[in-house]
Amino acid sequence: MTALDVQAPVAAAPVAPRRRRARRIWRSVLKHAALLVLCVIMLYPLIWLVVSSLKPNGEIFRDLSIVPTHLTLENYMKGWTAQEFPFGQFLLNSAIVAVGAIVGNLASCSLAAYAFARLRFRGRNLFFALMLGTIMLPFQVVLVPQFVIFKELGWLNTFLPLIVPKFLATDAFFVFLMVQFIRALPKEIFEAARIDGAGHVRIYARITLPLMVPALATTAIFTFIWTWADFFGPLIYLRSPNEFTVSIALKGFVDAQSTSDYGAMFAMSVVSLVPLFIAFLAGQRYLVRGIATTGIK
Amino acid sequence: MTAVESEPRRAVATAARPRRRVRRQHGDNLAGYLFLIPWLIGVVVFVAGPTLASLYLSFTNFNLLSAPRWVGLQNYIQLFTVDPRYLHSIVVTVIYVVFSVPLSLIAALVLALLLNAKIKGVGIYRSIYYVPSLLGGSVAIAILWRQIFDSNGIFSKLLQLFGLPATSWISSPGLAIWTLIFLHIWQFGSPMVIFLAGLKQIPAELYEAASTEGASKWRQLRSITLPLLTPIVFFNLILTLINSFQAFTPAYVVSSGTGGPLDSTLFYTLYLYINGFTNFRMGYASAQGWVLLIVVGVFTAIAFITSRYWVYYEDSEKR
Repeated sequence: MTALDVQAPVAAAPVAPRRRRARRIWRSVLKHAALLVLCVIMLYPLIWLVVSSLKPNGEIFRDLSIVPTHLTLENYMKGWTAQEFPFGQFLLNSAIVAVGAIVGNLASCSLAAYAFARLRFRGRNLFFALMLGTIMLPFQVVLVPQFVIFKELGWLNTFLPLIVPKFLATDAFFVFLMVQFIRALPKEIFEAARIDGAGHVRIYARITLPLMVPALATTAIFTFIWTWADFFGPLIYLRSPNEFTVSIALKGFVDAQSTSDYGAMFAMSVVSLVPLFIAFLAGQRYLVRGIATTGIK
Repeated sequence: MTAVESEPRRAVATAARPRRRVRRQHGDNLAGYLFLIPWLIGVVVFVAGPTLASLYLSFTNFNLLSAPRWVGLQNYIQLFTVDPRYLHSIVVTVIYVVFSVPLSLIAALVLALLLNAKIKGVGIYRSIYYVPSLLGGSVAIAILWRQIFDSNGIFSKLLQLFGLPATSWISSPGLAIWTLIFLHIWQFGSPMVIFLAGLKQIPAELYEAASTEGASKWRQLRSITLPLLTPIVFFNLILTLINSFQAFTPAYVVSSGTGGPLDSTLFYTLYLYINGFTNFRMGYASAQGWVLLIVVGVFTAIAFITSRYWVYYEDSEKR
């Protein structure tokens, strides 16, 4: 809206438009002020965490301020070596589990999704309904039998219980997400490929997978976030400290009753959040789209 | 893809090979099952099988060391008549769900409506509000929460600024649950993003028509936006409901795995975990799991059944 635009109507109706415009600006300022205040409230705990991790231990709880008087990396160095194994070991363990889970979900869920979306076979609708039903199933129901299975297999204290189920498409929401995505692709592409004599394996690998990269990216990012933050699984299955993931290692800081070393705990908390934040920045586009289409968190 | 586009093509296809279409009705049987193998194994071994197995185990005493011993309904009877901690865990969970689900959904809806109006920097606001949802499930945030609401934490300092007593919310039985409810509300970002996507789907013509007929903004909100958004509200409701019934990590970390103080943060899943994996009463824990399944199922069913009275579906009018 330029000054020229405003001039013309003013001649016709001298008071009303100007007042309306002023009111609109005023309202917009108010709105932005409210939204910004909320931003501060939302981010304050996180900023406080980061700043505290950089403060000397004695100063952390002294005041509300998020402006540190002097910064130090001491907490990070202490926190890194505070436990039986260096924190890098826990980061590596979490990374192994996360990568395993991502590869598993991408491979198994896309195979199942291709079958549900593109192939006609007996019992498809029944299987599809079953798949949708498993999305709603609380995992606490299957907890004990799964634990017994992994115990019988001798997989306790390994990463296998956290990775192998992902290779069997047990995260059904990703199957659902991919089915929705494949169904939205133009049918002509698949028909053309059939006419050219391509088999299903080729259509899946050469045509479907490249076209569904956005859905695969969404799956990869969500799998990463969930696996990285997962607490329950590692809590049950990992008992020896050299296998701890980041979540369990952080719990160690809380358990240690002698913990007056808040600085080290906060420092490692920040370290544990950094990969999540990087994933968020890298995949924001896919995250938002994924949430919007399926409502997964 | 519209009907108009696909019509002629289909006509050609049926004319060219009318028989193959019929024959190919189940023409992909083999390929279908082959592609489904991983999923089928997963469903049988890790989902359907364990679901039935845990139903069986819920009627037994099972400590993982010796074979399960059949006890009939004893576990269920004990849960509901002899075990006050169990009933208490239900109360705690219900309080958590009843407050955190509506409050976070209302926050999400209000913010989505504010952000949906064309204002500058929507993307930035959306990202910032979403960050807590992204990080909120982690142990690090639970640790942070524990410190924020402790007696020397920033929340107490804030209360002191307003002349209120600085108590530790984490260690007072009446208040500890509220810190977890706050944590849930703090994560309103993900339902907000879903609402925003839903708002984008509402056709702009409706608002234009309403404006020309002189409907106020408030009237447009009540008569267009909210009714058309009810399917998304419904969807969000089911999702947050199921998730919050299963909340575990924050309660575990905030109470050091005990559900304290005085069991005030003893979430349903936390008590299930304590029974199964601290006391090794696996049959008892399975019974708890099945009650949870039934409760979640009933809530979902109620939401579905009542949905036809308050959820507006566009195609239902055409039928």
